[in-house]
Amino acid sequence: MSETVLVGTRKGTFLVTKSGGRWTPRLVGHQGVGVNYVARDPQRGTLWAALGHGHWGAKLSRSDDGGETWRDAPQVSYPEGARHYLPPPPSETGPGEGKPVLKPATLHKLWALSFGGDGRMWIGTIPGGVFVSDDGGESFELCRGLWDHESRGGDLWNGEGNGTTKWYGTPAAEGEFSPGLHSIAINPRDPKHVYVAISTAGVLETTDGGATWRTRNQGLRMEYAPDPTDEWAGHDPHYLALCPAQPDHVWQQNHCGVFYSSDGAATWTQVDAKEQGVHFGFPVAVDDRDGRTAWLVPGVADMQRMAIGGGLFVARTTDGGKSWTQLREGLPQESAYDVVYRHALDQKHGVLAFGSTTGNLYLSEDRGDTWQTVANNLPPVYSVRFA
Amino acid sequence: MARVELTRHLFAFFPDLEGRALDVPGDTVADVVRGVEALAPGFAFYVCDERGRLRQHVNIFVGEERVSDRHGLTDPVGPDSRVLILQALSGG
Repeated sequence: MSETVLVGTRKGTFLVTKSGGRWTPRLVGHQGVGVNYVARDPQRGTLWAALGHGHWGAKLSRSDDGGETWRDAPQVSYPEGARHYLPPPPSETGPGEGKPVLKPATLHKLWALSFGGDGRMWIGTIPGGVFVSDDGGESFELCRGLWDHESRGGDLWNGEGNGTTKWYGTPAAEGEFSPGLHSIAINPRDPKHVYVAISTAGVLETTDGGATWRTRNQGLRMEYAPDPTDEWAGHDPHYLALCPAQPDHVWQQNHCGVFYSSDGAATWTQVDAKEQGVHFGFPVAVDDRDGRTAWLVPGVADMQRMAIGGGLFVARTTDGGKSWTQLREGLPQESAYDVVYRHALDQKHGVLAFGSTTGNLYLSEDRGDTWQTVANNLPPVYSVRFA
Repeated sequence: MARVELTRHLFAFFPDLEGRALDVPGDTVADVVRGVEALAPGFAFYVCDERGRLRQHVNIFVGEERVSDRHGLTDPVGPDSRVLILQALSGG
């Protein structure tokens, strides 16, 4: 399925395939259902879809025939006894308000899927837990090393831990203000080496397959915090990705700018360029081979989540963010107000694709230099992933 | 045995239940949900979360009464009760 793009939308799953020189989308499943993420297990070939039913909760769906038929998979659920400190909603600032509340955990959203070279499947969720499967998705287990992390209160299975959390929440939580784990970047050379990114806690890294985690927030700036560089300032990476061939090169589009690391996220450097329109956005894609090359789809700002000046462009750097190029050829430059969500831009072997909440889907076969329109009337696009 | 009626929305996920008489045993609404789960594995997680609480936008009626215990589903069910499971209409 090398020439297939998997697209999750607010109203179903689409496959985009190239035939006769033309890329064409086809609705293949989950009609009418929100699909947060669609991805292919590269070892087993299984397609996975993370669904968000409006009434019926988050569900995992799988296809063993390339997307022709889908069925409910064994479901992800928080085990009995899993609790967490819910951060106080930002609106709670009055006397007696603003304290974290210890509550049983339930699944609110399946948000990200990733696959390691060891065959392990990783799933990111709201409220901030990671689940792993070592049997091809037949069963899922909560990653206790991250769930019980000191920064979330420690071990809460038999007590109240340290009594607080340093993780905050996201409005994407669908029902409660709790953290969202949206990025899982696995080192292709070492599947036990994994980065996760959380809104709003920042980046954590494990090198032992999830048993222990350390924060990787040095160099980030959270502009809305009293101390923007505090390790736990409520950092809000919108998406994190690494270069497969140079996994020490890690990128994040953050709520407060664009950050790049060439030392395995040990230190981050802010590399956005407001004069080039490069600052706010959700997704980032990194080149397969060159860790200094990355693409973004910028928006105006957090207060105006829309294309800049009514013209849509992709920003590309080839020098680790020292300079940026606006790529506009083939993209609409009038009356375009698209915003592109965090999982809705992808790159594979120099082919790029992205979809917007306006239902537009664009693709480039020349590293972003020129773009073609694949579709204009899709449902709002949540995820775009090469198979 | 309670007689269970489902919103047609649920038949999209559990087509084998459509057109069947769903008579399940039990003294409480929780028993009834478990009874349907036995007929259609996975059903309970559509209606309730993993703590057994009724999902926010789901309703269950026993007769004409909406269940009062959305957390434990302890509302009693009689032998001839009609139990209706449906999505909450949330407008628009």
